[in-house]
Amino acid sequence: MAGRRQKRANRVRRQPVAVPSFVGRRRAVIGLFVVAGAVLVWRGFDQQVLEKDFLQSEGADRYLDRVHQVARRGIVTDRRGEVLALSTPVDSLAADPRVLTADTPNLGLLAEALDMPLRDLQTRLERYAQRRFMYLKKRLPPGRAEYVLKVADAARIDGVHIERKHWRYYPEGEVFAHLLGFTNVNDEGQEGLEKAYDRELRGESGQKLVLRDGRRRVVEDVENIRSPRDGSNLALSLDARLQYFAYRELKAAVHRHRAIAGSAVLLDSRTGEVLAMVNQPGYNPNGNRSNQDGRLRNRALTDVFEPGSTMKPFVVAAALQQGVVDPAALVDTSPGRFRVASFTVSDHKDLGRIDLATLLSRSSNVGAAKLALALDKADYWEVLDALGFGHSAMTGYPAESSGYLPHYRDWVTVDQATLSYGYGVSASALQLAGAYAVLANDGVKLPLSLLKQERVPAGQRILDADVASAVRHMLEGVTGPEGTAPQARVPGYRVAGKTGTVKKLGPDGEYSDDRYRALFVGMAPVSDPRLVMAVIVDEPRGKHYYGGLVAAPVVSNVLAEALRLLNVPPDALEKPQMRLAQLGGAQ
Amino acid sequence: MSLSLPDLGDLTPTDPNRRQGVLARIHLDLPLLLGLALICAFGSVILYSASGENAAQVERQLVRFGLAFVVLVGVAQIRPEQLYRWSPWLYVLGTLMLIGVLAFGDVGKGAQRWLDLGVIRFQPSEMVKLAVPMMIAWYLADKALPPASSRLAFAAVLIVLPVLLIAKQPDLGTSLLVASAGVFVLFLAGISWRLMGGLLALGAAAAPVLWLLMRDYQKQRVLTFLDPAKDPLGAGYHIIQSKIAIGSGGIWGKGWLNGTQSQLDFLPERHTDFIFAVLSEEFGLVGVVTLLLLYLFVILRGLYIATRAQDTFGRLLAGSLTLVFFVYLFVNAGMVSGLLPVVGVPLPLVSYGGTSLVTLMAGFGMLMSIHTHRKLLPR
Repeated sequence: MAGRRQKRANRVRRQPVAVPSFVGRRRAVIGLFVVAGAVLVWRGFDQQVLEKDFLQSEGADRYLDRVHQVARRGIVTDRRGEVLALSTPVDSLAADPRVLTADTPNLGLLAEALDMPLRDLQTRLERYAQRRFMYLKKRLPPGRAEYVLKVADAARIDGVHIERKHWRYYPEGEVFAHLLGFTNVNDEGQEGLEKAYDRELRGESGQKLVLRDGRRRVVEDVENIRSPRDGSNLALSLDARLQYFAYRELKAAVHRHRAIAGSAVLLDSRTGEVLAMVNQPGYNPNGNRSNQDGRLRNRALTDVFEPGSTMKPFVVAAALQQGVVDPAALVDTSPGRFRVASFTVSDHKDLGRIDLATLLSRSSNVGAAKLALALDKADYWEVLDALGFGHSAMTGYPAESSGYLPHYRDWVTVDQATLSYGYGVSASALQLAGAYAVLANDGVKLPLSLLKQERVPAGQRILDADVASAVRHMLEGVTGPEGTAPQARVPGYRVAGKTGTVKKLGPDGEYSDDRYRALFVGMAPVSDPRLVMAVIVDEPRGKHYYGGLVAAPVVSNVLAEALRLLNVPPDALEKPQMRLAQLGGAQ
Repeated sequence: MSLSLPDLGDLTPTDPNRRQGVLARIHLDLPLLLGLALICAFGSVILYSASGENAAQVERQLVRFGLAFVVLVGVAQIRPEQLYRWSPWLYVLGTLMLIGVLAFGDVGKGAQRWLDLGVIRFQPSEMVKLAVPMMIAWYLADKALPPASSRLAFAAVLIVLPVLLIAKQPDLGTSLLVASAGVFVLFLAGISWRLMGGLLALGAAAAPVLWLLMRDYQKQRVLTFLDPAKDPLGAGYHIIQSKIAIGSGGIWGKGWLNGTQSQLDFLPERHTDFIFAVLSEEFGLVGVVTLLLLYLFVILRGLYIATRAQDTFGRLLAGSLTLVFFVYLFVNAGMVSGLLPVVGVPLPLVSYGGTSLVTLMAGFGMLMSIHTHRKLLPR
């Protein structure tokens, strides 16, 4: 005990009490500085010299970003420049749920700006909590997205950003829906002409280098890598006014006759341009796009059917063209029935000996069959083939059908006979209208087009002009008092056409006795045709089902408006001398 | 390792009776003042950039510099004997206030650090940063050095008590600084190397216990420090962005106001705890070394003052305050550059904020007081 005290006392005595010198401590402290300073400087050197390039590129990865510059999709217009489809920039608000979490402070302010209950917003954020992207609200009214972002900024809420996309809008709605089709969320054509001409309409997107800040906002454009090239505009051959009339009339007819579907095609027979193409049922391209009842189908181009009696003018034309008969020839249809092999062709009544005009106006199956059998198989087939039966009209529209025309080598006699009155062959509304356009255009076939043509394309002569003209004048009788379609008449104009009331093929392969297609294909003015229109009403279930009663009034109503709007000179004025003057002028 | 301390010392009169400058007469030390002013000036330049060219913020900081300078001048007038006499009372007062903070303190940013005295809001832990080294120096100064083990044990208790109170707030950074301030006094008082080694070993052994006492966010910080890439968008974000900013600077830096990481909001807390990264990005390695040299100058001057102190209390206090300043710097630079885990320690005199600034300047005021109130040399 005492020894230890002594020891301590010695130590105390050895060191001056007042101010110990602590040389060792000073060295230790200085050594500490040297080591610490060296560590800090080495650290700086390591990061700022040795790892500089890696860390700089890591930095650039964070603040430099390549941004897609969306090209504006081209506008689609009608032939007169009316806008049918256009893209407008529309903002949506998106969030990064890893940053914007359900317990973010001030979330209530954001919910208020978004105009949604806070509870809903939190639920959604929780549901997407593991994702890096979610939409908060899609397609906000103009300026709204910026406002919400400003609110978020002021409330120090991160993780919200604007997604700007181009939204395709179709001002004409369902009237042009089938023809135009639509685009998907990325503004890529999905259906119709939007798909067919997607490459032209889409343009080319650009790219630019931007500076982003830590909250992922674009601060500055650094470099334009590639400018976006906007899509080309597309001018259709269609006339929005005529399209509207056609749509209105077809829809009314389909409704009135409680039909399941319908199509109508209006052509300018002098240019081959499609002026109107409508279908029922339709849909609103700006809204619900479900294909319920096949309402998305552009039936006028994609659906084929047996044309029935509307085929009869072509057997007459073929017979005249081949010189089998002359225009004044008479055909004996008695007794209203005609046996071909084991098959009986029959008329609804015995028409007796009739001329070709009557054959068409009273729609004699027997007469048509006899003419067909008088023709050489190959000659008849060649005329039908040249008229476009069995070939797609090549408008470029997706899923356009080519119909069906069996090759003459495969024909048996019955086929040759039934073909003449439109069974055993199928065509789309456009093909049928196109074939009639040849009659209207004095025998010259023009390529059909959905795009506006700057000049009349070169045609191909199928029929002699006098043959076409003769058949046309015979078809005028159809709208006469004795014909099957007086309802197709248009005041002031001479209208030619042909009805068809076609039995539908049931699922069992047998023709039905109570399900029909009502058809009418008309043209006007007969003296110098300008317009050709085909109307098909599928399965009218009302009192009437004849083509002349169901489809012909649609043609009449649309042609009346169209002829007036296009300033087509009337050729059937009440005053005789003026009518004569018209005829004189035309011939 | 002969960093020639006396050379620095020659800048100032060693004998107040022989050469009395104007500054010395009002008890200010010119070299130390110059070093501090240079750091503050450089700091303001960095702050202007780090705050996003916010002149108002820089202005506020300049006002704080002014205020802190007034405190420095005021403290420098207090004679060391006075400081010595106040030490135990300051310590007791500070400790009581720490207890008060835990009982009814204000909560800010998830921690209970502020005491609202009605007129001013006050962070007692800042006062304790000075009170603890003063107390330990006071306790050890009146007996022979090196201290006996029993006194050492009591000194340890004096250190640990406030440290635990601060750690409980929780404020890991400050408790670390307070602990180091106390330990430095012990170290300077000459406790044996064996004991130092023992204390270090004890500290290392206590680490798992500390781990258990840590809050979740503190554990997270340590884990993040060990592997920042584990959660680069969450906990590791700070340190990764900070490393990128530092590395991007290169040798010469990207230039003032041109740091992409700093200016584009990638760097979190860029004008407070992470301002060192802004400096590194915009002024490069050259800027970093320059600032470190300024700090080194101040630290060496502080140590010189400690060596020239005439009594044990002054020497221990001056040495400890200077070393704590060094710890401040090292911990901040280390955490920003990824050497140490993220603890909330600002870069002294440069980071935006007033509380720690006033404490630091008060500490430097004590250094100046110790240096300028010397009597005639005893030997």
